Amino acid sequence: MGSSRSSLRGVPDGQQLLQETGFSAALLLRLHQRFQFLDKDSRGHLRSEDLEAELSENPIGDRIVGAFFQPGQETVDFPSFVRVLAHFRPTEKNWTRDGVQPEPANSRNRKLKFAFQLYDQDRDGKISRTELLQVLREMLGLQVTEEQLQSIAERAIQEADLDRDDAICFDEFRKSLEKVDIDHKMSVRFLE
Amino acid sequence: MIWGADKVQTFKLTPTTFFFYLLPQIILDTGYSMPNKLFFTNLGAILIHAIIGTCWNAATLGLSLWGCHQGGAMGNIEIGLLQYLLYGSLMAAVDPVAVIAVFEQVHVNEVLFILVFGESLLNDGVTVVLFNVFDAFVSLGGGAIDAKEIVKGIVSFFVVAFGGSLLGTVFGLLISLLSRCTKNIQIIEPGFIFVLGYLAYLTAEMLSLSSILSIVFCGVCCQKYMNSNMDENSIQTVRYAMKVFANGSETIIFVFLGISAIDKTIWVWNTGFILLTLFFILIYRFIGVFILTWFLNRSRLVPISFVEQIIMGYGGLRGAVAYGLAVNLNETKIKEKNLMVCTTLIVVYFTVILQGVTMKPLVQWLNVKRAAIVDLTLVEKVQNKVFEHMLVAIEDISGQIGDNYWRNKWRNFEEKWMSRLLLKPSARKKQDHVFNVFHQLNLQDAMEYVKEGEHRGSLEFIRNESAFVDFKKKFGEDYEEAMPDIMAVMADDQGSAMRRDPVPSVSLEMHEQNMRGLREAEGINSHYLLDQHLYKSRKQHRYRFSRSHLDINQDENEVQEIFQRTMRSRLESFKSGKMGVAPPKTITKHTKREPQPKMPNGRNKPYHSGDEDFEFSEGDSASGYDTSFPMRVGYRAGAGIENPAFMPDLDPSSPLHIPPWLADAGLEVNPVAPSERAQVRTPGHLHRLASLRTSAQPGDTVRDRNLLTPPPPPHRDDDHL
Repeated sequence: MGSSRSSLRGVPDGQQLLQETGFSAALLLRLHQRFQFLDKDSRGHLRSEDLEAELSENPIGDRIVGAFFQPGQETVDFPSFVRVLAHFRPTEKNWTRDGVQPEPANSRNRKLKFAFQLYDQDRDGKISRTELLQVLREMLGLQVTEEQLQSIAERAIQEADLDRDDAICFDEFRKSLEKVDIDHKMSVRFLE
Repeated sequence: MIWGADKVQTFKLTPTTFFFYLLPQIILDTGYSMPNKLFFTNLGAILIHAIIGTCWNAATLGLSLWGCHQGGAMGNIEIGLLQYLLYGSLMAAVDPVAVIAVFEQVHVNEVLFILVFGESLLNDGVTVVLFNVFDAFVSLGGGAIDAKEIVKGIVSFFVVAFGGSLLGTVFGLLISLLSRCTKNIQIIEPGFIFVLGYLAYLTAEMLSLSSILSIVFCGVCCQKYMNSNMDENSIQTVRYAMKVFANGSETIIFVFLGISAIDKTIWVWNTGFILLTLFFILIYRFIGVFILTWFLNRSRLVPISFVEQIIMGYGGLRGAVAYGLAVNLNETKIKEKNLMVCTTLIVVYFTVILQGVTMKPLVQWLNVKRAAIVDLTLVEKVQNKVFEHMLVAIEDISGQIGDNYWRNKWRNFEEKWMSRLLLKPSARKKQDHVFNVFHQLNLQDAMEYVKEGEHRGSLEFIRNESAFVDFKKKFGEDYEEAMPDIMAVMADDQGSAMRRDPVPSVSLEMHEQNMRGLREAEGINSHYLLDQHLYKSRKQHRYRFSRSHLDINQDENEVQEIFQRTMRSRLESFKSGKMGVAPPKTITKHTKREPQPKMPNGRNKPYHSGDEDFEFSEGDSASGYDTSFPMRVGYRAGAGIENPAFMPDLDPSSPLHIPPWLADAGLEVNPVAPSERAQVRTPGHLHRLASLRTSAQPGDTVRDRNLLTPPPPPHRDDDHL
């Protein structure tokens, strides 16, 4: 570990991040380099414009960028950056839930939570119809009419909403996606 | 039976029959119904197994057998090294027919299936090359082989494989182009795929390229475009016909394989040879799979588990292709052809029967992950889309060019260029995946609806019941959405009173409206359904402002003008309405204020319900019409795309906003009427039909009378009254 420790010297909270996120040291270094690349003025943190520049065409790009920032904050530093990216590591199959360790970032639950928060911008713990509509509109807007969008949102809520409160809470969200292979769908292969 | 009758082999599976008449349909079917996305995602793994795996199988089998031969285990047969290699190459290939036959019953999870299946298809390229190369070597004799020949062999592999695929792709695109132009002659559409698919196969054979690869890629390329371009009936026809042909061919192949076995004249039995072949095939298959998978897992996102690897190894079935190739051997050059043929037959029987039959219990015993039953829920589909975008974004942010990046690029390219070229314009509009799911779900709903309705005697009952579902919540939410300003202005208790107050019918209206919106995407069946329904139960559909029947006003100008006027008047009435008058009154007044001066007089009757009854029922539905409705409608109109809450802001600019959107969406017969037009129409309905209502049901709420006071628009059709 000595060599990795020294190579991580430039990385803020390097050791801690290693353990928390499960990234390898080499990968962490690379991400740090990437961070510095994005951080054009070498301020040590990123603003949303830096990230958005990469995501110009993405329909939900602004939401994803928003997910990097804690509510209320305007900047994201390297540890937060890495923590968010840690959600996308492939799930380890042999992680068992023991009360001792905190749940790793790439567990299925955390991944779903991340996805949930993309919809739930006001962080009230539920996806309301308007929020769902907004997402649908962003993704589908050009090809379907407003009415159809409404109907789709309506229907989606009807399907998922089990306690009939006309919004999808996290448990309902998770339940509706239980057959989906989140592993495959929400993992990115991080290259060294 | 045959033997008993004739004492001689009358039927044989000749290679010609097999390769030219029986095999193509099966492969075309597999190509056409190949899950493309899955296939291409796993293409790397598939290719590695197909190419390297097959080569490994061939090499090891041939060498081992030769080794055993040298060691004397097989007695006295005259097979040289090259011939062993040749034999190895023809036994090496996993057979698509057998794999389909077995795996179709077993339902393993899709990744596993596509790996074995894809491998069985793609290894044809290798098989053909190896076979031809070794055949040529055998003909040349051992001495003439030198580096040049080997290099030629390797080059020919690339030519054969890529050439075949390319040829298939070209044919696939050709078919798609053809299907784009067949709008008026739909009856010949199904024929194209069969004819051109077979043509692809034959052309490849003619050019000595890999014909199986050709037909596979033909199917793979054209499926998307065909399914979008063709008429629904044609799609069904193609699907069923393909399945029939494929199944028929498969059955015939296996029957012939069986029959071929009883030909006594060609039987040669060599225990050592046969047993060793079987043994080696199994062993080397497993070894090959394990090695390759270990290698692949290091770069796969989700590794292939050990159990899955076992199934993959066990699924290496040999089948009719091997037999066909064996029969094709040149007898003069290869003296022991009969032995090889017999061994091949036995191996085929062994793998297909034994391994095939025991596959299912094995899968169950090992608890392999089974195929998830695909359930089209909207949330899942939407979420899948979100995931895709998410992954692309994360890859972008973390600065790497990964799978998702390429996939995204391909998708963009495909949408921009290929779709434009190969899809009918109408099909292009309906491309969106989520919307398709939505459409499918609506169709399913309609079907169930009909079934249930008929079951209970009349569709009316169903409507009544289901309409009561959670009206309160719906009402509350919709209401809020529609008029947050009013809610804000008026006292809270008033607002909530409104919420609690509603007669069930009101919320039903909301719900109905939503449900109606859902159904608009369906065909005539559902419209008819609704008609029937509406006709019967007046009470439930008071506000029925059939959006679905409004879609044929082609006169843009008229609509626009109406719209502008409506908007202006509405804004005024809204402003006055905001002044804290009691809610019902307010809204009623609001309704009253809408003069609806100019209802398009030729109110286009919907094509499917042009009778009095319908009009009448419409009257009923619209009249008992309650308060919230026009408001909501009003808001909606102004806010085609924006949040209805921002109505006041919108107003001055909305006439500018909407028309282009209207114009854009309205140029073709659109099954879903834009809410735009609907809004425009509706208040008009109210007025017209209000008077109808009076005559029909005199005793309704006092509020209704208010609706009646405004003078009916002068141009209203008299026949309605």
